[in-house]
Amino acid sequence: MNQAIPVTVIGGYLGSGKTTLVNHLLRNANGKRLAIMVNEFGELPIDEDLIEATGDDIISLAGGCVCCSFGSDLMEAMTALSKLSPKPDNVILEASGVALPGTIAGTLSLLPGFAVDGVLVLVDAETIRTLASDKYMADTIKRQLADADLVLVNKIDLVSGDALEALWGWLPALAPNAKIIETERSVAPSSVVLQNFIQSDPDKFSGVFEHGVGFETRLLTVEECVDANKFAQALIIENPRLVRAKGFVNDVGGHMKTIQIVGKRFEISTAPESVSSGLVLILSP
Amino acid sequence: MNTIYQAQKIITMNPARPHVTHVAVRDGMILGAGTLEELEGWGEYELDQRFTDKILMPGFVEGHSHAMEGTLWSYTYVGYFDRMDPDGKTWSGVKSVAGVVARLQEANDKISDPDAPLTSWSLDPIYYDNERINRGHLDQVSTTRPVGVLHASGHILNVNSKALEIAGLLRTGIDNSGIPLGGDGLPTGELKGPEVMGLAAQHVGFNGGFLDCDEAGLINFGKLCVRSGVTTATDLAARLQQDSVDMMQRVVGQDNYPMRLVSLLFHSGVAPTDLIARALEIKKQSTEKLRLGMIKIVADGSIQGFSARMRAPGYYNGAPNGLWYISPEHLKQILGDSLKNGLHVHTHTNGDEATELLLDTMEKCLLKYPAPDHRFTIQHCQLADTAQFRRIAKLGLCVNFFANHHFYWGDEHYKLTVGPERALRMNACATALKHGVPIAIHSDAPVTPLGPLFTAWCAINRLTASGRVQGEFERIGVAEALYAITLGAAYTLKLDGEVGSIETGKRADFAVLEDDPETIGADRIKDVKVWGTVQGGRIFAASEL
Repeated sequence: MNQAIPVTVIGGYLGSGKTTLVNHLLRNANGKRLAIMVNEFGELPIDEDLIEATGDDIISLAGGCVCCSFGSDLMEAMTALSKLSPKPDNVILEASGVALPGTIAGTLSLLPGFAVDGVLVLVDAETIRTLASDKYMADTIKRQLADADLVLVNKIDLVSGDALEALWGWLPALAPNAKIIETERSVAPSSVVLQNFIQSDPDKFSGVFEHGVGFETRLLTVEECVDANKFAQALIIENPRLVRAKGFVNDVGGHMKTIQIVGKRFEISTAPESVSSGLVLILSP
Repeated sequence: MNTIYQAQKIITMNPARPHVTHVAVRDGMILGAGTLEELEGWGEYELDQRFTDKILMPGFVEGHSHAMEGTLWSYTYVGYFDRMDPDGKTWSGVKSVAGVVARLQEANDKISDPDAPLTSWSLDPIYYDNERINRGHLDQVSTTRPVGVLHASGHILNVNSKALEIAGLLRTGIDNSGIPLGGDGLPTGELKGPEVMGLAAQHVGFNGGFLDCDEAGLINFGKLCVRSGVTTATDLAARLQQDSVDMMQRVVGQDNYPMRLVSLLFHSGVAPTDLIARALEIKKQSTEKLRLGMIKIVADGSIQGFSARMRAPGYYNGAPNGLWYISPEHLKQILGDSLKNGLHVHTHTNGDEATELLLDTMEKCLLKYPAPDHRFTIQHCQLADTAQFRRIAKLGLCVNFFANHHFYWGDEHYKLTVGPERALRMNACATALKHGVPIAIHSDAPVTPLGPLFTAWCAINRLTASGRVQGEFERIGVAEALYAITLGAAYTLKLDGEVGSIETGKRADFAVLEDDPETIGADRIKDVKVWGTVQGGRIFAASEL
């Protein structure tokens, strides 16, 4: 059976930096074929230097990546995407500013051939509190945040230290299911946004590995047998900076299990054969 | 040569001479309406007496319909109410779940391709005491081909086990509020809301270009217009890609195509700047019979789907507030740039919060781009209150009410969605008129059947399907309703100088009626029989389509 294509849903209001993030991911695709789904081809959905050819509903991008507009029929566009050859390694769905990314993810999770990798919501550090009390948009913004596995607080360079601190006092309650990360100009490591960008083979890791923007990748060796569920839960609780994790543990039942964590959510599944135990953790600055 | 038509009575909608007996026509244009003696002055003529026992009215204008009504008739109709198809056959309403199954079995027997889907539409289980249809019922129709039944509201899709299987949904462990599960933990086959409907829609024959009408559908839509006395109809939200525009030009341009189509460009899935550019581009491609260049925005969802945006105190049953389908920024950009470029915009708002956002935004845009006669129109505007109508009037907006909604879903609105008080004021035609708001009324076909006289009946009587008068205060008179389905709707399309009344210089567009809507009685206007139409001077008898 073909492996499901992971889909990351990126939500957030207009101006929160979704398009910038998408372009950043494209520039750091590391040879992976990303398929970007956008509601519409707006003004410059993709940086011009990345574009190779433009069609009606599809733009071919450097490195075998594509950008598709889904307009009023997302499911049909996804079906078309699953028929692309070669298949994309990742789908990144940029939701419209007023869409509820959790609802989209909920539906996509039912679509054969795809697996939801996480819901990431961007917020503009400068404007989010105003938006969240806007007469018309408040509940939409709050529902977006409530759906998030990861919240990227973007444009932190544009706010004062005090304002940022105040934001930290306010935001976690609105995004109770999410881990919150600060960024500037949407610069977040691909391995934070996209699960399969985590180098999940623990054998290739030794110790701590620093990213340019302060994120940290750490290898956790787990020799003993553990209860995979409890282990994942504990990992999330005990590591406030943990944003993603992926790896394998020997479950108490005697089977090797895959653990995948995004934000505060985890998934346990049967591990592929002949993997060794250990987890790769991505920690925020 | 001029043709002078003699009729039993001609209702002109021209207040200076509201009733005449003759109308003179040359090259599709009305020379004048009056007595034979008056019209003889236009020169040599032929007296056409085929309408001497008929009533003529201005051809009706349907200000909110979708040409895909014509396409839907290639699928099986399973609605609760009798409905006439483009060929004039009246499909009896299906009154029970067993009846739905029987109707579908009949259709199933006629499909030769064993893998082809069976597609059907207009199911409305609220009339079956809310007995839900499930995949078990549809499996009685077929277990080998996908079967899909779209609800009348357009917000729910029922499918059989085969369709669920193809969509990968025939399994346990599904946790989605739009997918109810049966006792066995498997989906019941009911898919609620546009997102989850999308999972199976393409497998049961409802594909993505669904809003776009195909060629056969457009021809069928023209026939439905003749049967309901409509000579100008809107296709209110189309994607209008060039191949689609070319197809429409080809079909509508044919000599025997019986109506004028006004097709509006749908905002969804197009960036605001591209939308404006495309509207300006296709505006230039407008012809006499295909009018292009208007824009349709959808601001929120529907009331019965609980996706309309409501102001406090929200939904009567406590459902969470609905969904925005456009951001305030994009709404402002489209409205502002349209005013700046002389484009004409119609905006769908169902909930009163969506209406409020539209009013706030229009106010800002009009200060920036004053437009003395913009006629931007609010489509549906079902829940506006009196304060909003005062603003609507001040801002120069028109309203096109969904009068039919009241009949089909009024009881549900009263009991469930918005509660008694707001249900009484829904589609407040009388209040709008009292405040000087130009109004039209519509069917939103295919959501409800195309038929301006039925729509007029709804606005006049405000009866619900269960027979209750709901909102007596908002009832309007016969004359007001007849105005709304002619000049009123034409005004919202800026076509009132061309159509909507029978006067010198206007298009020779007539609804040809067997009965007189002015005298048949307010409670019987829906029973007025339509003989056919005259459009641009060409005669279309419904019986000869």
